[in-house]
Amino acid sequence: MRLGDGAPAAELGLRAHTALPSSSDWRRTGGLLGVGLVMLAALAARPAQAAVTLRDDRGVTVRLAHTPQRIVSLLPSLTESVCALGACARLVATDRFSNWPARVLALPKVGGMEDAQVERIVALRPDVVLVSSSARATGRLEGLGLAVIALESRNHADALRTLTLLGELLDARAQAVRVAADIERETRAAAARVPAALRGKRVYFEVDATPYAAGPESFIGETLGRLGLANIVPAALGPFPKLNPEYVVRAQPDIVMAPEKGLAELSRRPGWQALRALADGHACGFTTARADLLVRPGPRMGEAAQVLADCLVVIAKAPR
Amino acid sequence: VTASRDARRRRLLALALALGSALLLIIGLAAGSDGWSPRALLALAKSPEGTLIIFQIRAPRTLGAWLTGALLGLSGATAQGLFRNPLADPYLLGSASGALLGVVLVLAASGLGGHALDVATANALARTGLAGGAFLGALLAVLLTLSLSRVSRETTKLLLSGVVVAAVLAAASDLVTTASPDALRGKQAFLLGSTGFLGWQSCALLALGLAVTVPVSWRLARALDALTLGLDGALSLGIELGRIRFALVAALALATGLAVSQAGIIAFVGLVSPHIVRRFAPATHGFTLMASAAAGGALLLTADVLARTVIAPEEVPVGVLTALLGGGYLIWLLHRRQTA
Repeated sequence: MRLGDGAPAAELGLRAHTALPSSSDWRRTGGLLGVGLVMLAALAARPAQAAVTLRDDRGVTVRLAHTPQRIVSLLPSLTESVCALGACARLVATDRFSNWPARVLALPKVGGMEDAQVERIVALRPDVVLVSSSARATGRLEGLGLAVIALESRNHADALRTLTLLGELLDARAQAVRVAADIERETRAAAARVPAALRGKRVYFEVDATPYAAGPESFIGETLGRLGLANIVPAALGPFPKLNPEYVVRAQPDIVMAPEKGLAELSRRPGWQALRALADGHACGFTTARADLLVRPGPRMGEAAQVLADCLVVIAKAPR
Repeated sequence: VTASRDARRRRLLALALALGSALLLIIGLAAGSDGWSPRALLALAKSPEGTLIIFQIRAPRTLGAWLTGALLGLSGATAQGLFRNPLADPYLLGSASGALLGVVLVLAASGLGGHALDVATANALARTGLAGGAFLGALLAVLLTLSLSRVSRETTKLLLSGVVVAAVLAAASDLVTTASPDALRGKQAFLLGSTGFLGWQSCALLALGLAVTVPVSWRLARALDALTLGLDGALSLGIELGRIRFALVAALALATGLAVSQAGIIAFVGLVSPHIVRRFAPATHGFTLMASAAAGGALLLTADVLARTVIAPEEVPVGVLTALLGGGYLIWLLHRRQTA
């Protein structure tokens, strides 16, 4: 069903010819050449005419008559993936949190995961809507006749699987392979930059001041693991456990990572001034833009690893 | 005979609350991120980090949970007496929504750091602002409610104003979080309520709040007793209703505003504590108010100890446990009344 990545228009032209009925009616009303021209005009409007069939993360099989040209993405990591696969121009709207690459900022914002604006999305006549598995709008959008692909990326493997699936959807398989290879290369490069003295050190990564930590099974936790770091949270507690603050103090992490805004707060919590990592400056705060990068299971995973490596390089230089 | 039986039950309840609270305070020292065990406490006390963990983290957290619960229990009993309605809870006059709006505004403003505000101002705001914002928000919300209903003596109107103010302020904070997603996370943390970060500073503030509100409530308890006769009855006794009501509402706002600013919004403690007290020992408001404070403290501290230990080292949000414990008790109470 799907065409090669090389020269889709030419292949399609060929197919159109062979698929034409060779009845005399056609020849009489204009001949093969005329029909061919009509087909070419259609091809100019839709450069890639190929039916796509995909199974999304809900297990629902979604059939599209052709490679989608108008796409709505309701999840930042999916927006980023679509753009990394070279299909940014095909996005017609995103959720309000999508902010990378910069060009998506100019697109219409059609709400968030909980409050997607169904009417506006339908009015944009998208060929496909990309959502997170937990999006509330899914049923409504499907009921209105839109094709919805729901995807869930909890870990690195999921993120790569999503990338492959989007590559199929967007007719950009080679690009998907390339992006995945880039992520791997960048991650390895980041791991190589981690100062030897910090390998195997135990990290506390605070996601939220409640305090929620990123466990080794979380997306961030996996990236930290790839960099050769250990986690103060045991894997058994799941990806984002809400910890007893006392646990963190008793665990005495070697390195603390937190959102920049929260970092200054940490040492003011009862008893937390005893955290040696904070006292020694073995801590990193991430700006909102960098924190976005760290939590999004998308094409910038390699860049996220680089951000963490940067943090570790700075820490290694901190005076003791 | 009934009177002496009630007096005996009151003494019993007072004793139970005192002993229970003392016991819970000790248990609170032993309950930590490794579950709860006296042996672990002894081992910890001997270890070098013992002082830090026990005196800087567990002790203020434990005491702070009791104090927060006491403020909520006291204001719950005050609200129920003042509005002559057993369904009244301390958040009724819009204090919770006001506190939440204060927090959300501070978070949104600190999120402007580097854009509209310089980073230092934004940081300073975030540091001192959260508790202050919550407290001011609660106080302003209650004042707004009062001013709306000032013209009327009717309690119904005061309650209605409270409900409306709460709804409008809650909508306002939703609006702010829509415009500033940064504020959303902090708001959620605040909505869940938490005893985890109560330190000695919080304890001092909470204790100060109790030191102000307990004497005020105690002194005005007799007016609440008179109110049980109805508004006309109270007026005929020569009670200066307007001033007394204002003083009680101010105490209520102070107590809830402080509790919310230190621990976030914790449901059910204020609603249930007076019910527990009245169920075991019917009494005049003087006793009910004081006992409700102690019961609130015991209830929240129980929830806090459970929150720490049930799935240690993870924590259950403490508000979930107070709702389960308090709500469970109310369900049991309703069920018993039906079958009796």
